[in-house]
Amino acid sequence: MLHIKNLHASIEDNKILKGINLEVRPGEVHAIMGPNGSGKSTLSSVIAGREEYEVTEGSIEFLNEDLLSLSPEERAHAGIFLSFQYPVEIPGVSLTNFIKTSMNETRKAKGLEPYPAKDLLKKMRDCLELLEMDKGFLSRSLNEGFSGGEKKRNEIFQMALLEPKLAILDETDSGLDIDALRIVASGVNKLRSPKNSFVLITHYQRLLNYIEPDYVHVLFNGKIVRSGGKELAHELESKGYDWIKQELAEV
Amino acid sequence: MEILDKITKSDYKYGFTTDIESDKAPNGINEDIIRLISSKKNEPEWMLQWRLEAFAIWQEMKEPDWANVTYKKPDFNAISYYSAPKPKKVLDSLDEVDPELLKTFAKLGISLDEQKRLSGVAIDIVVDSVSVKTTFKAKLAELGIIFCSMTEAIHEHPELVQKYLGRVVPRTDNFYAALNSAVFTDGSFCFIPKGVRCPMELSTYFRINESGTGQFERTLVIADEDSYVSYLEGCTAPMRDENQLHAAVVELVAMDGAEIKYSTVQNWYPGDVNGLGGIFNFVTKRGICERNAKISWTQVETGSAVTWKYPSCILKGENSVGEFYSVAVTNNYQQADTGTKMIHLGKNTKSTIISKGICAGKSNGSYRGLVKIGPRADNARNFSQCDSLLMGDGCGSHTFPYIEIANKSAQVEHEATTSKIGEDQLFYCNQRGIPTEEAIALIVNGYCKDVLSQLPMEFAVEAQKLLAVSLEGSVG
Repeated sequence: MLHIKNLHASIEDNKILKGINLEVRPGEVHAIMGPNGSGKSTLSSVIAGREEYEVTEGSIEFLNEDLLSLSPEERAHAGIFLSFQYPVEIPGVSLTNFIKTSMNETRKAKGLEPYPAKDLLKKMRDCLELLEMDKGFLSRSLNEGFSGGEKKRNEIFQMALLEPKLAILDETDSGLDIDALRIVASGVNKLRSPKNSFVLITHYQRLLNYIEPDYVHVLFNGKIVRSGGKELAHELESKGYDWIKQELAEV
Repeated sequence: MEILDKITKSDYKYGFTTDIESDKAPNGINEDIIRLISSKKNEPEWMLQWRLEAFAIWQEMKEPDWANVTYKKPDFNAISYYSAPKPKKVLDSLDEVDPELLKTFAKLGISLDEQKRLSGVAIDIVVDSVSVKTTFKAKLAELGIIFCSMTEAIHEHPELVQKYLGRVVPRTDNFYAALNSAVFTDGSFCFIPKGVRCPMELSTYFRINESGTGQFERTLVIADEDSYVSYLEGCTAPMRDENQLHAAVVELVAMDGAEIKYSTVQNWYPGDVNGLGGIFNFVTKRGICERNAKISWTQVETGSAVTWKYPSCILKGENSVGEFYSVAVTNNYQQADTGTKMIHLGKNTKSTIISKGICAGKSNGSYRGLVKIGPRADNARNFSQCDSLLMGDGCGSHTFPYIEIANKSAQVEHEATTSKIGEDQLFYCNQRGIPTEEAIALIVNGYCKDVLSQLPMEFAVEAQKLLAVSLEGSVG
């Protein structure tokens, strides 16, 4: 589904990614872990198409298509979803209106008619329930005055509605209390299927207790320095990132 | 809307009946020209005298230069002050219309027949429309509502016109109001009798005895005790006009317990992307509220090269309420200096000001507002919120709030914010599949929500589209 080959990316002449290789197949859940500044969020921004980042080398293919030649909205239409670490506020735009616009633009890009309002509303209600969110959310301005936890839940809510093929969750667990974490994780688990894939970007092993990954990768200094199964996350948790740094220094 | 559609399709008469040349006054302004205007309109002597006095006042006045706009001052002797009907070339089909204009029409969702009407293509008169218009007029007449052109009102209702014309905006008020009083050619007149709630939105758009918006329009709306009227002015479609200078005067009178809601969408030609051409729009709008009365101004200003406009409320009666909701968009080289004046004279008077400026391109937008609390206005309250949204680095936004308080019990609040449409907001929308142009429209409409929600429903939908069209291409 997603093939990343030797990806190099920089921002304002700072080289952040220095040769990433990653392959995600349908149905898989990958966790990318690493210390601050290792390039985790840059990787998610580059996949989603943020313009400030310049790809200097390498390639990304998504469903056998050259992802780097697509605009951010075309990538979204193709089925890529990014759950933001810091979701923005858009005052005066209700969540309902935003989601309606988002879903219908995606349908329009595929040559489909707008979603019938009644069906959309029903779908929204189902997804609200999934994330244990109150109906009142729908009429609130997008993320305005939302608590940190509400913002993250809102991201997963939108993900549930948009049904992406590949969802990248950028530090979705940060700022969540234990109850919110459980709700978000169970939402993600219900959306897991053999057809869609997840990339979880996280600092801590905590999230992975709730969402079990198939693979864990350690990102350090712009490169994936180690890959393994879920046990790698436990190892990291007990030994800390210094362990990796030391090993690398020895090599 | 259906009725509106039908009525607007009817009675397209420009260019069929009158020999245009013979009806156009020579350039320049003097007493003879004013006499000519008055006699062409067959006006009574009192009206002529009123105009001549206004002209004398105007001659003593100087063009104001305090607004934050720069433009080449019009040569008042190079203007023709009377031309009726408006000279418009009748085209045979839409193929002859500027394709850019047609594109805009399509984006605004304007029907084909309406497109023809607006761009001056001859259309067949819909048989049915005559009866619709009659029904419409009959319904208003049944309630005692007068809604007609100013010219007709001068002839048919001289006592009302004499009593109220210039009462809220005196001829001495300002340079443009004096000029308008001397040379106005037409406008709308509306009277709602005591206790009557006008059952439909009155609109200049489908005014009975349509005579075209003039260069110097004069509007007078009188709401008698405990009556209500909602009045719409302008339309969202781009308005092109040969006249560069527009100086209108609008006067509202809300008697005890009456409510007037006055909504405007202004989309005059703003000039091209390099700032050439475009309308100068210098308007004086003011209303007076008696006891328990309410006047609410809502405006969406997207057009004109230069706008100078401050719809105001004189809150004379106790417990009266004034509101001003404004969205002003400037793009390319447009300049707007707009705002309001809330003059609190009576006790327990309340006013609300919500102003949303949006600047793009190389444009300049200013909010200028006065809140004045008189010595006898005990417990007067005002809330003002002035927000500016900037797009790009070439534009400017300014706020000039003036507050004069002569009563200790007053409560005046002023909030102001300036923000930019952020890359972060756009990227977030893009990531959710929303292309940049649509994202801008979404963000701008959200920003203007508090104002747009004040507009009548169909108007609000059109205004939303208009905002999107006005800002097209403003983020690279």
